[in-house]
Amino acid sequence: MRIICPNCGERDRREFYYVGDAVALERPAEDADLAAWDDYIHNRENPAGVTQDLWYHEMGCSAWLVVKRNTVTHEVLSAELAADVKGAGA
Amino acid sequence: MRFSGFRILKEGLTGNKGWAGHWRDAAPKSEYDVVIIGGGGHGLATAYYLAKNHGITNVAVLEKGYLGGGNVGRNTTIVRANYFLPGNSEFYSHSLKLWEGMEEDLNYNVMHSQRGQIVLFHSDGQRDAMVRRGNAMVNQGDDAELLDREGVRRHLPYLDFDNARFPIYGGILQRRAGTARHDAVAWGYARGASDRGVDLIQNCEVTGIDIEGGVVKGVQTSRGSIRAKKVAIIVAGRSSQVAAMAGMRLPIESHVLQAFVTEGLKPVINHVVSFGMGHFYISQSDKGGLVFGGDLDMYASYAARGNLPIVEHVMEAGMTLMPMIGKARVLRSWGGIMDMSPDGSPIIDKTPTTGLYLNCGWCYGGFKAVPGSGYSTAHLVATDTPHEPAARFRLDRFRTGRGLMDEEGTGSQHNLH
Repeated sequence: MRIICPNCGERDRREFYYVGDAVALERPAEDADLAAWDDYIHNRENPAGVTQDLWYHEMGCSAWLVVKRNTVTHEVLSAELAADVKGAGA
Repeated sequence: MRFSGFRILKEGLTGNKGWAGHWRDAAPKSEYDVVIIGGGGHGLATAYYLAKNHGITNVAVLEKGYLGGGNVGRNTTIVRANYFLPGNSEFYSHSLKLWEGMEEDLNYNVMHSQRGQIVLFHSDGQRDAMVRRGNAMVNQGDDAELLDREGVRRHLPYLDFDNARFPIYGGILQRRAGTARHDAVAWGYARGASDRGVDLIQNCEVTGIDIEGGVVKGVQTSRGSIRAKKVAIIVAGRSSQVAAMAGMRLPIESHVLQAFVTEGLKPVINHVVSFGMGHFYISQSDKGGLVFGGDLDMYASYAARGNLPIVEHVMEAGMTLMPMIGKARVLRSWGGIMDMSPDGSPIIDKTPTTGLYLNCGWCYGGFKAVPGSGYSTAHLVATDTPHEPAARFRLDRFRTGRGLMDEEGTGSQHNLH
């Protein structure tokens, strides 16, 4: 598996640390109810197919990336800087 | 058909013409008391114990592929009961006792071999932790023996005891741990359930779960709709997809775990050896292949095959622990899909839907759990009350924070186990 880092170009999967589902970008408001926090921390869509997760370019530019990839084929579809994704949605 | 020494002799003398299929390949009826989704080890064991312990035989097991074609056929066959925390401890203890009576109970040779497991440690601190774990195992009623360095050497003379990074200080030996023939476990439970009247239905994919007014009514399948009073989801590896049919989002992330086998060799590794610091464990199959594995690939995956970095890591760990393994040639590698829960422990519980039950989240420990899981899930489905050894496998423990079972002590959060 190879990931195309927007800063560094195509790099081996070993350079990246997997941080889990990109749900981390949708953090509930501080006063959200317990159910929202439970859902955010524990429950997952966990799709068999295209998913979005966060990868940290630990041995590269130290950027956090939102990687779109297929969990069934391991095909990597795209990688964007998490800062850009978060910024666009904020 | 009953298996016995006499039967083998008789069949041998009469051309082996009397052997029949081990179970009926049933077609779906329109209604059952209980429908079990998933014909793997846990689903088949649940069907067997529903029939045997509770007299519930109007049961269908629906399998989208073939019986035992999922994780029960893709694991590394290790059976042990060396857990530390209340909840896991009594459950795996119960499961190991069921393993010890399984062959007689099922009249089926599952090649259960209590060859012993040795878990190694490499520092004084680790020894203290292992002593604590060993005491927990003994207090639970299971066996654990502390081995010093020379004690380990007597059992495993081929290890690299003076490795610069991980010198071997000793190990915990559980003599009652071992291995079993994984496929035979599925087949034995299938046969036992089928003999008691359970319908085993293959090539039958569940496409929907019918719920009316919060009560389960049946399932939609690729072979038509089936009404059911109760439905159990027992599909580790696909739990999120099937639960979504009932409107549930589960605390599960699916990960791939790889395993490897070498060419057949003469007997050389007589135990199950676990090298936790290298995320490496190994045993030798009765056919002679060295069966070994490592850690998760560590990203969500349904691919049933992994990537090369973990292959390399596992081989390096093997070479670190037992340099002789470098002479063996790897024949095959494969992957299984693990239902990873936030705290690394499983779930056997009711769901918000009346009559719908959930068995999932086995992480990388599902195989040894097969008999205990089937026994406890059958109890839950039959009586609507949790079975004592599995009573702590609650679905709501993540929401409430009460009763989390985090064996590794890393926290109850995805991506930590």
